[in-house]
Amino acid sequence: MDATLARLEQRIERDASQPRVIRFARRHPMLVVGLLLLAVMVFMALFAPWITAWDATEMNVIARLKAPSAEHIFGTDAMGRDIFARTLYGARVSLLVGVCVALVSVAIGIVIGTVAGFSRWLDAIVMRVMDGMMAIPGILLAVALMTLIHASVQTVIIAIALPEIPRVVRLVRALVLTIREQPYIQAAQAMGTRLPVILMRHVVPNLLTPLIVQASFICASAMIFEAYLSFLGAGTPPEVPSWGNIMADGRSVVQLAFGVILFPGLFLGLTVLAVNMIGDGLRDLLDPRIARKL
Amino acid sequence: MTPRAIFPTRLLQTAVLSVATLAAGLAFAATDVKTIHMIPQGDLKILDPIQNPSYITRNHGYMIYDTLFSQNSKGEVKPQMVDTYKVSADKKLWTFTLRPDLKWSDGTPVTANDCIASIKRWAARDVSGRLLGAAIGEMKAVDARTFTMTLAKPFGPVMEMLGKPSSNVPFMMPERVAKTEPTEQIKDTTGSGPFTFKQDEWVPGSKVVYLKNPHYVPRKEPADGLAGGKVVKVDRVEWNVIPDQNTALSAFKGGEMDVYELPPADFLEPLSKDANVKLSIDPLGNQGWLRPNHLVPPFNNAKARQALIYLVNQDEYLAAAGYTAKYRHATCTSYFMCGSVNASTAGAQPYQGGQNLEKAKQLMKESGYKGEKVVVLAPSEPPIQAAAALVTIQNLKKIGVNVEAQAMDWGTLQARRSKKDGWNIFHTYSVGADVYSPAVNAYAQANCDAAPSGWPCDAELEKLRAGWVAESDAGKRKGLTDAIQARMYEVVPYVNFGQFFQPMVYRSNLSGVLNVGIPVMWNVEKK
Amino acid sequence: MNFLIKRIAAVIPVLAVVAVIVFLLLRLSPGDPAVIIAGDTASAEDIERIRRSLGLDQPLLQQFFQWIWRMLQGDFGTSIFTGMPVLKLIGQRVEPTLWLAALTMSFAIVFAVPMGIWAAWKAGTWVDRVVTAMSVVAFSLPVFLIGYALVYGFSTQLGWLPVQGFKSLSEGWAPFIRHLILPVVSGGLIYTALLARMTRATMLDVLGEDYIRTARAKGLPLHRMLLRHALKNAAVPIITTIGLGIAMLLGGVMVTESVFAIPGIGRLTVDSILRRDYPVIQGIVLVTSMAYVLINLVIDLLYGVFDPRIRY
Repeated sequence: MDATLARLEQRIERDASQPRVIRFARRHPMLVVGLLLLAVMVFMALFAPWITAWDATEMNVIARLKAPSAEHIFGTDAMGRDIFARTLYGARVSLLVGVCVALVSVAIGIVIGTVAGFSRWLDAIVMRVMDGMMAIPGILLAVALMTLIHASVQTVIIAIALPEIPRVVRLVRALVLTIREQPYIQAAQAMGTRLPVILMRHVVPNLLTPLIVQASFICASAMIFEAYLSFLGAGTPPEVPSWGNIMADGRSVVQLAFGVILFPGLFLGLTVLAVNMIGDGLRDLLDPRIARKL
Repeated sequence: MTPRAIFPTRLLQTAVLSVATLAAGLAFAATDVKTIHMIPQGDLKILDPIQNPSYITRNHGYMIYDTLFSQNSKGEVKPQMVDTYKVSADKKLWTFTLRPDLKWSDGTPVTANDCIASIKRWAARDVSGRLLGAAIGEMKAVDARTFTMTLAKPFGPVMEMLGKPSSNVPFMMPERVAKTEPTEQIKDTTGSGPFTFKQDEWVPGSKVVYLKNPHYVPRKEPADGLAGGKVVKVDRVEWNVIPDQNTALSAFKGGEMDVYELPPADFLEPLSKDANVKLSIDPLGNQGWLRPNHLVPPFNNAKARQALIYLVNQDEYLAAAGYTAKYRHATCTSYFMCGSVNASTAGAQPYQGGQNLEKAKQLMKESGYKGEKVVVLAPSEPPIQAAAALVTIQNLKKIGVNVEAQAMDWGTLQARRSKKDGWNIFHTYSVGADVYSPAVNAYAQANCDAAPSGWPCDAELEKLRAGWVAESDAGKRKGLTDAIQARMYEVVPYVNFGQFFQPMVYRSNLSGVLNVGIPVMWNVEKK
Repeated sequence: MNFLIKRIAAVIPVLAVVAVIVFLLLRLSPGDPAVIIAGDTASAEDIERIRRSLGLDQPLLQQFFQWIWRMLQGDFGTSIFTGMPVLKLIGQRVEPTLWLAALTMSFAIVFAVPMGIWAAWKAGTWVDRVVTAMSVVAFSLPVFLIGYALVYGFSTQLGWLPVQGFKSLSEGWAPFIRHLILPVVSGGLIYTALLARMTRATMLDVLGEDYIRTARAKGLPLHRMLLRHALKNAAVPIITTIGLGIAMLLGGVMVTESVFAIPGIGRLTVDSILRRDYPVIQGIVLVTSMAYVLINLVIDLLYGVFDPRIRY
């Protein structure tokens, strides 16, 4: 008994002496590793022009399909473009797509979901439309949309965000329906507070926690989706390098120069991993029930 | 104890079953000697080679149809379905007699009326067919196997047109099929060629199956180019569509496929080093085309189009598409292919120096270019067109042109270029057989609205072309070819971005493969 | 019974929405099948003639109602390009896709559920951490990357398995399995990860409940507890995830089929979209959506089997 107490005391002393950041990191390893990894990726994307001298789009037909060397760290692709530069600049596009898709789908989802949660007759129509959209496989909808509109980074964002909206709407609507029944909401309504104020002041803040987690998962899946769209020939335009783009361009020559797929693929995998870990970590952080188990 | 220990029996059962299946499956399938597996250049979507000129449909046509005349390996036109032919002294009356034992795949004999109807349908669609059709006065069947063609206007290359090797090929079809409207697709695939089309095994997008035609009687001579006896030495040919290039390459290298029709240029080096792989090259090669839109500025001005010629370094374009020096022809200034019967250097003197960006910039300025937007259609595939677009965009930027690159897939590009405005440049390429003569080269036409996308418009060029086909004397025709090319260098209906060779690759256990640039499977044996 | 009828009736407006979305999507797109059919050297009037013969020049609303009317009679139209009836085209391609989807799902379930249970039972230990880490990694990789890597390893280098293609069961068990191993594993890894995470999370929830602790305290053997009590209660969310996974699969096969040249519905869809073969695209999307809706219906009914509280 004494021995156990003594050991516990030692542990508490040691923990208390460590800075709060380290304690936080030890309790939430996933979140911290994910954030660090993502930070590295964002740093490389932002400071690309300073990290590499090569241009991402400049073709050099003499230096095609070269293996990694001192001059071209990741080698060159089928057009003689430096893969390292393309990967770094591609990070900008892929990260942008991921973040924007998450923001757009969540923003639109909140609006539609709250409306559906509060208005009974609109709810019926909205949910039928959402069910319809969910019945069409996401990639199918996205590819079809991309062939409809002029390919650009903005349209890719819209095409990927659209299939994600119904799930967000469902989540928001379910949450709103629960929140609506809370006594403080009913009290506010009884006191005559107008609906928009109720929404802003009470409903939306309660949505944020689960939505942030959802948003990070949407961001991760959007980055992979973008790769799939490029693979199927319906992604970002060729002069804008994105990881999916680079891999799609190079897949026919992968047996001659594996760098075209390996390096962007690695970066994509690591970034998606980072975002997924952040999502997991956030969920564990913000949902005490599960945290207790660990 | 782990939960896995709880399901030992079930897990064990699954494990044993999997191992057993794998072991059984590891035994490779016995090689199938009587079937040739080919990876075609694309998916066979349309079955009508008269209505549609795409190369895949043309290849399909060569499997199940036959032609009156064909070209041999020297470019000479020889009779194929025709047994004997006569031409009158004034060159206006042609008489053709068919071989006695020709049959359709349903067993009925081929008649003169079938041929007349087929020629009429082809002449309504094909670029050179239209020229011939305009010259024909009437065609009449003399008996079951003989028919005459009376020309109302002089037309020299009658046999060459009837033996035209590439799109649209004047394939012979039964009269009832040939009576279909030229713009509608035929549904009946009865033909008199060396193979038959197995309709019930056709899976669009995946597999096309051909069987040896039991009714086909080949000519007695040995096969030579597209002419001679088309003897089929296998039972079955399967086209397996594999859209992913990487997968196609792996399947071919692994021996799952015998023939790979159009490997991307980058694969050619490593493939040619493989002892089990052989290459089949069409000696004439292909020509790349940069096509400007003649209707809208800035390329409605001839000087601006001439500037485009100075923009082009043929080596650069071909290298960007992946062709190593071995598969590139030296810079060729002949519009009708270097090494063909119509090769010429007329009119090309100003451009002999190759790429000259300064001159290009100057010409653009002289044409009155004020910085308007130039839209280049940039397809993501096929690889040659995609690479060419990127090179053009880069070079235009270098001379200060305001370029807008619009990315799209090939299907969208085809739709966009059919519109009269909204684009300025697109790229494509053609096999030598579609380029080598003023009569067959569709993009060398300058008949304004009736021309393919780009719509060059020049009465002088059209007059020269009409004169060329009316000329029966080969020597006089050469002079006209020079005149036509000289005019083409002034009008610039399109820019030649390079002549190159695109081999077909096949495994070394196949023999008798013909080097014609078309994947015909007669004469081929598999060990 | 009443519940069944109500659920089936609820399907109809969903399908109606799908039909409208799909139709509008395609008819508003810039590609033109008439141009593609006409070919490179056609003139403008040729293209017009072809467009008229395909009925593409009629007003949109008229085209829409014609299409719906014919569909109700069982005629899903004919492919613009190949002239084959759409249902026949789909029928040709259904077999590979169904097998691919079914085997991928089975692969995922067989590996994911036990792993998820194990990780939940050993929560906090290295087992749990490894399973979680592996899941997150597998979840973060694109299918084609895994596919290419597997093909490179097992087909190109080792030569054990074929690179591509599909062999029907009628040609024997061995070729059938050999051709499906790599595609199933490539796609399956991702769904395994997804399902394992979900299983672990739900089992964690359930294992923390009081009745489980009571059962252990009463001396109930481990496997009885895990299977009889825990899993049955965790079944509902797990089945939901499987259902969602099937929806993902129906779309995910598009990429797998492209990589492995499997002649299934996924590739047919990609090809048809890229060449604007409207009737085929419309037919496929409708059939896929109907399948998805049906599967959801089955899942809803399965809930009733596992959770008596959800008996309608």
